[in-house]
Amino acid sequence: MLSRVAESIYWMSRQVERAENLARFLEVTHDLTIDQQRQFVDPWEPLIRATADDKQFAERYGKPDAKSVTNFLAFDREYSNSMLSCLHHARENARSVRETLSSEVFEQLNSFYHFVKDASRQPTLESPSKFFDAVRQHALLWSGIIDGTMSHDTGWHFINVGRLLERADKTSRILDVKYFNLLPRIDDVGTAVDDMQWSALLLAISGFEAYRRDHHMIDIEKVVEFFLFNPIFPRSVLFCVAGTDWSLREIHEDSNLKEPGSAKTQISKLRHRLSNTSVKEVIAGGMHEFVDHFQTELNQIGSGMNEDFFN
Amino acid sequence: MVNQSQSGPSQSQSQSSGPMLLDGYQCEGFFDELLDQSGHARPEGEALVDLLNRLQRGELVERQKAIERSLYRMGITFTVYSDSAGTEKIMPFDVIPRIVSSILWRHIDAGLKQRIKALNCFLDDIYNEQAIVKDGVLPKELIDSAATFLPQCKGLKPPRGVWCHITGTDLVRDDSGAVYVLEDNLRCPSGVSYVLQNRMVMKKNFPQVFEASQVRPVFDYPARLYQMLRSLARDDIAEPTVAVLTPGVYNSAYYEHSYLAQQMGVQLVEGRDLVVEKGYVYMRTTDGLQRVDVIYRRVDDTFLDPTVFRKDSVLGVAGIMDVYRAGNVALANAPGTGVADDKVIYAYVPDMIRYYLGEEQILANVPTYVCLRDEDRKYVLSNIDKLVVKAANESGGYGILIGPHATPEERAEFASAVEKNPRNYIAQPTLSLSRVPTVVGDKIEGRHVDLRPYILCGGDDIWVLPGGLTRVALKKGSLVVNSSQGGGSKDTWVIADYGQDPSKRT
Repeated sequence: MLSRVAESIYWMSRQVERAENLARFLEVTHDLTIDQQRQFVDPWEPLIRATADDKQFAERYGKPDAKSVTNFLAFDREYSNSMLSCLHHARENARSVRETLSSEVFEQLNSFYHFVKDASRQPTLESPSKFFDAVRQHALLWSGIIDGTMSHDTGWHFINVGRLLERADKTSRILDVKYFNLLPRIDDVGTAVDDMQWSALLLAISGFEAYRRDHHMIDIEKVVEFFLFNPIFPRSVLFCVAGTDWSLREIHEDSNLKEPGSAKTQISKLRHRLSNTSVKEVIAGGMHEFVDHFQTELNQIGSGMNEDFFN
Repeated sequence: MVNQSQSGPSQSQSQSSGPMLLDGYQCEGFFDELLDQSGHARPEGEALVDLLNRLQRGELVERQKAIERSLYRMGITFTVYSDSAGTEKIMPFDVIPRIVSSILWRHIDAGLKQRIKALNCFLDDIYNEQAIVKDGVLPKELIDSAATFLPQCKGLKPPRGVWCHITGTDLVRDDSGAVYVLEDNLRCPSGVSYVLQNRMVMKKNFPQVFEASQVRPVFDYPARLYQMLRSLARDDIAEPTVAVLTPGVYNSAYYEHSYLAQQMGVQLVEGRDLVVEKGYVYMRTTDGLQRVDVIYRRVDDTFLDPTVFRKDSVLGVAGIMDVYRAGNVALANAPGTGVADDKVIYAYVPDMIRYYLGEEQILANVPTYVCLRDEDRKYVLSNIDKLVVKAANESGGYGILIGPHATPEERAEFASAVEKNPRNYIAQPTLSLSRVPTVVGDKIEGRHVDLRPYILCGGDDIWVLPGGLTRVALKKGSLVVNSSQGGGSKDTWVIADYGQDPSKRT
């Protein structure tokens, strides 16, 4: 596969996944504010912090609230990581590799982009939950179309690597900021509000039902474990890392190259380390430190992709 | 198969209540391709007219909108201004197809094949012996002064003498219905993807009338294109790699490049994806370098190789011409074909057909005044208000003066340009182009059309896609069909011969 095509297809996939995750975070936060009569915890500020672009936000919007955060994360064309910008970039990337995608894949991404763009022109969202729910549906449909209409060849594996690396990044970020955000209120443990906050966090990764099935009750340690180490839930960090490892192995086996590249070597190491880490160790060593370190490793794998395949 | 004679008489008044869609439709003295002067359907259009008359007024507009929506969803759009403002439009599409009878098509098919054969002979000759010049058929100064004659291509000998593998020739019909060749597009003619897409959406929206009309399919164009391209590879290569070379995503025809690559299942490459090493062309893949044997290039000649043509080109591949010359990569079309697109050289195509093939032209040229000739120039200058004047090397509807529609200032401007540089201009009578019924608001009115069929040539085997791009001037009275100037397109239905399976390969 052409290096240029591999790079575009990888980024296309990352950008759509990024947009989907933003929709998820915004959707559950909007939901949460409806249920919460009094604001025990400000739910908006952590969303901005999770993007690591809080400075840009502060300069342009000032204080985070429902409207400003939604505008910034969903519709701001000047913010290059907003949902709309991500979808715009993803579509441009898709356009440049359209011949390698199935027609349905491009058409769905095109509809997805137009759907969000049209919404961005309305002064306010009638029902944010309904809108973000529709965005999530668009993203799920797109990803189903990819899996159901394209050969699972090297190109598909680059898509998979893009989506899983991005997902691992976002799952870990949202856990990091929410954990920090909720922890000062550890006295609240066992109260309805606390349950609601942690449940919302699980909902953001569509993991609420899967978690309940295993554990029934909200327990912080169990929630963290579910986020980081659940081996079979498709949005957990370990699952994403293992999937990336698998796809990079497939890409390597499909090539004529003798030695695996640095991305493959690093992801295997990371997978091994995660499989041998317990949630107790994470909490004892500091959640933020753990996630910070994890993000650095993801970035290195991203650079590895560049060196190994795109140049 | 439904027999043509089963589709009832036209203008059957039975089913519909209220005024019918074509009621009050006026040909206004023009040649109308669907209806005759008395308003009756031409035989090949009976099923369509029948359908139109059965539709309720709103229904046609509704289908038109449905088609526009699906084109939008498919992303066959262009951006009006920058996409950060985000406004996108589809190419205007008109839902009423243009029908070409089987008899007329046989004539067009034969004429185009003859023309491509002669043009290929001409190109092979003009870059080698130049016998046509030596024999006094074509003035030498014409070649020497042709901006599109590429001296770098002298001595090239493409396999089987084929220079022009893919051609899109523009045809028009006048007020008698006679067909003329308006121009030959021998470089990188575009538009065939619209032919395929237009057909796809029409089939979804008007399934019944297709069968009743015995429309010949166009879906196998990509397969035939691939076959032809593949046949250009060196004979000793068993599994040649074919690629489409595009200038990139910002090119206005990018969608077509990507669509054709996708439909053929070949790589779409840009100049930066390719590299020349040790006498071959390679593409950069995630798996290292991979050799490319045949390139359908949609990059202009002069951008192909910065070491041979334009040095500032970033769209091409350094060294590719050496590889081509050595026969280690095939290019379609061959570089240099633009010389036969020159509108002055066009005037000599009937002579070429006589000279190379010993035949008379089957499809006529539009009568052309060559301003280089004193007599012609004098006529042009004193009749400029009646003529269409064209610059030799412009396309897309630019560099053209339509005398009767122009202001006195515009005419004066062209007249002085002609006097200054007569070599660069030709003139033709203003043809009264044929019309086809077209949706205008909630009514149907006649609009002028042209037709661009596509021809594939891999050697002795020449194939004409039964169909083509019908471009329609949507502005009332306008003769300019180019999409850059407010033109749209229509599906083109070529009707099968009586008793012929419409899908039969010819």
